[in-house]
Amino acid sequence: MAEVKAKRKTDIGPPHYEKFLPLIIKENYGKWKYHEIVKPGVMVTVSQSGARLYTVRAASPRLLSIDKIRTYADLADKYSNGYLRFTSRNNVEFLLTDESKIDPLIADLRVLGHPVGGMANSISSIVHTQGWVHCHSAATDASGIVKSVMDELVGYFTDMKLPAKLRIALACCLNMCGAVHCSDIAILGIHRRPPKVDRTKLKAMCEIPSVVSACPTAAVRPATIDGVPSVEVIEERCMFCANCYTVCPAMHLNDPLNDGVSIWVGGKVSNARSEPMFSKLAIPFLPNNPPRWPEVVDAVRNLVEVWAKNARKYERMGEWINRIGWPRFFELTGIPFQKEHIDDFKHAGLTFKRSTHLTH
Amino acid sequence: MPEKKRKTPKLDELEKGAWPSFVKEIKTAAEKNAMADDLLGQLERSYEEKIGHWKHGGIVGVLGYGGGVIGRYSDLPEEFPNVSHFHTMRINQPAGWFYTSDVLRKLCDIWEKHGSGLTNMHGSTGDLVFLGTKTDELEPTFKELTDLGFDLGGSGSDVRTPSCCCGMARCEWACYDTMALTYFLTMHYQDELHRPAFPYKWKFKMSGCPNDCVAAIARSDMSIIGTWRDDIQMDKAAVTEYAKSGMNIQKDVVGNCPAKCMEWDGKEIKIDNKACVKCMHCINAMPKALSPGKDRGACILIGAKAPIVEGALLSSVLIPFIKLEPPYTELIELVGKIHEVWSENGKNRERVGEFIQRVGMGNFLEAIGVEPIPEMVAHPRENPYVFYEEYFEEEDNNG
Repeated sequence: MAEVKAKRKTDIGPPHYEKFLPLIIKENYGKWKYHEIVKPGVMVTVSQSGARLYTVRAASPRLLSIDKIRTYADLADKYSNGYLRFTSRNNVEFLLTDESKIDPLIADLRVLGHPVGGMANSISSIVHTQGWVHCHSAATDASGIVKSVMDELVGYFTDMKLPAKLRIALACCLNMCGAVHCSDIAILGIHRRPPKVDRTKLKAMCEIPSVVSACPTAAVRPATIDGVPSVEVIEERCMFCANCYTVCPAMHLNDPLNDGVSIWVGGKVSNARSEPMFSKLAIPFLPNNPPRWPEVVDAVRNLVEVWAKNARKYERMGEWINRIGWPRFFELTGIPFQKEHIDDFKHAGLTFKRSTHLTH
Repeated sequence: MPEKKRKTPKLDELEKGAWPSFVKEIKTAAEKNAMADDLLGQLERSYEEKIGHWKHGGIVGVLGYGGGVIGRYSDLPEEFPNVSHFHTMRINQPAGWFYTSDVLRKLCDIWEKHGSGLTNMHGSTGDLVFLGTKTDELEPTFKELTDLGFDLGGSGSDVRTPSCCCGMARCEWACYDTMALTYFLTMHYQDELHRPAFPYKWKFKMSGCPNDCVAAIARSDMSIIGTWRDDIQMDKAAVTEYAKSGMNIQKDVVGNCPAKCMEWDGKEIKIDNKACVKCMHCINAMPKALSPGKDRGACILIGAKAPIVEGALLSSVLIPFIKLEPPYTELIELVGKIHEVWSENGKNRERVGEFIQRVGMGNFLEAIGVEPIPEMVAHPRENPYVFYEEYFEEEDNNG
């Protein structure tokens, strides 16, 4: 009976990328000589053969309707022979061979409301997660904060006036799907109230041993409550990692009264000059204040402006802080230093100042 | 189609401003699609109440696959019935995120028919994300995707969708063919990608040079980062051009070299290539004059991850230099050994980086048959408590 049906295809993998490469790329694959930023958001890549490929990069909100993707497709047909790509930071790029089409494309993108930029010493789009749009563990929204921050900082996207590039990322909880932990500025959603155990749900949906072993600080332990096997939470041991919630939906962590945002600075992934670095805590807590999160926007703008004013050419946020020292960073940014800034998890001692190298 | 326009005063605020608005995208989709309209309603509720309204998990998928679909259910199904299920489909992107207008339109047509009409271009791991559909639509969507030549990506404890920078397609710094390797690994590990069988997730990320545009060193269990081992290539005439154009070569280029391996005498740059650490700064600063050497390959690093469970890790050096050309036998053998050791000994939800921390890098190297070398450490241990494994007994000396 089932033989009539066509064989169900599985395990075919993605289409081969060659199908989507413009001729100029196929001809010059691996033969590029150099690239140059022509102006904000426009780059020319020059081949050993002399062929010139122009890339025009525009901002996107990452969350796109199919209507917008079709508009991108129309623009690609009009300006770049139908070829386009997306970047690791969710920008859209049009791949042009005709230099004269650059400005008309930029004009069309402007009308569409998608600024062109994000190259060289700029702030590129904010890598971010799903937030309240589509995630069960979000401590804040992602898209709303990104929109609010970039509305404020868009001038740094469309220009290249910063000392170096600045990479901002947002993760809506400590799971960090957005891997924000190595960003110049990281915006991180946090919980601050220990999990509330839904005992009925726990009994029905979770394995007690795996809930207990999920906790990295042994804050969750088995307990019999009213004669029913369950778990209890030693609240002072909870560091709000949400790992218990990940393995067991009955460990409720989302809490409108206490959830919010923390801000981290000075991370990088590039090996250029200094080695890759983790971001460090700048602001332990800011409130969730939708729809525009003014406290978060102000904090990020302050960090960008203080860095831009004080850093040397090529100095990323973390490199600048390493040069001036953390006391000066807190002084210049006006951020109060408090107990939460000092690490108290594993290897915390390695983060203490272990010399007299201090400026006074 | 919704009968009357929904009121969303909070979200409306996010239609204002110069940055492209995700709210406009949802509203555009909502004009034609009831799922997108209920998403808008539920999101407005989240903005009022400062809390998300998605239930935790739920296992859904397509027949024969254990990954690729993320189950999502509203916790307000009576109020927003069209998102009572609203599952994400991860679709394995073409390497380097290159598309034609034609294929994008076909993908949009599929999603118009079967889902919310909303996407992410792209998700954090690299997949093209179809954002939100009902359980019944998963299999029909999958059929149309495979007919178009696309497949689902990874999720759960499997090989996650490998991703890479644009590499040789558009970058002169690519030290190996990142897109070719990404495609190869994706095809080689199709079974492991669709059917989770590991202790936890496994991510491959391929960057063509140490600038690491896909953040491989921070985000992937195996970070494959292009590098070279001979001399930086130099075009002396182009150096002169940079100097003439007013570049402060001493301060901006030489002064920022972390290895202090460069000198500038006002006419020529001299590089002590033996001391160069391949950081890319001088090449980034003078792309017309300097470029990576000719003996190119990659450094393989292992163990990066975000904080869950025991804290974030950066990858660390496993193989300082390897040539990466088809059929990639050496790499596949290495990965095979690592997967075997980790699968057999790793605890549930233990990434390979945490596994290495628990068992010790030395023991891990021994198990996978890789010799320890000084390139693997920032410095030798400071801690004197060494786990020596063998000792002599008196009778050993009697011979």
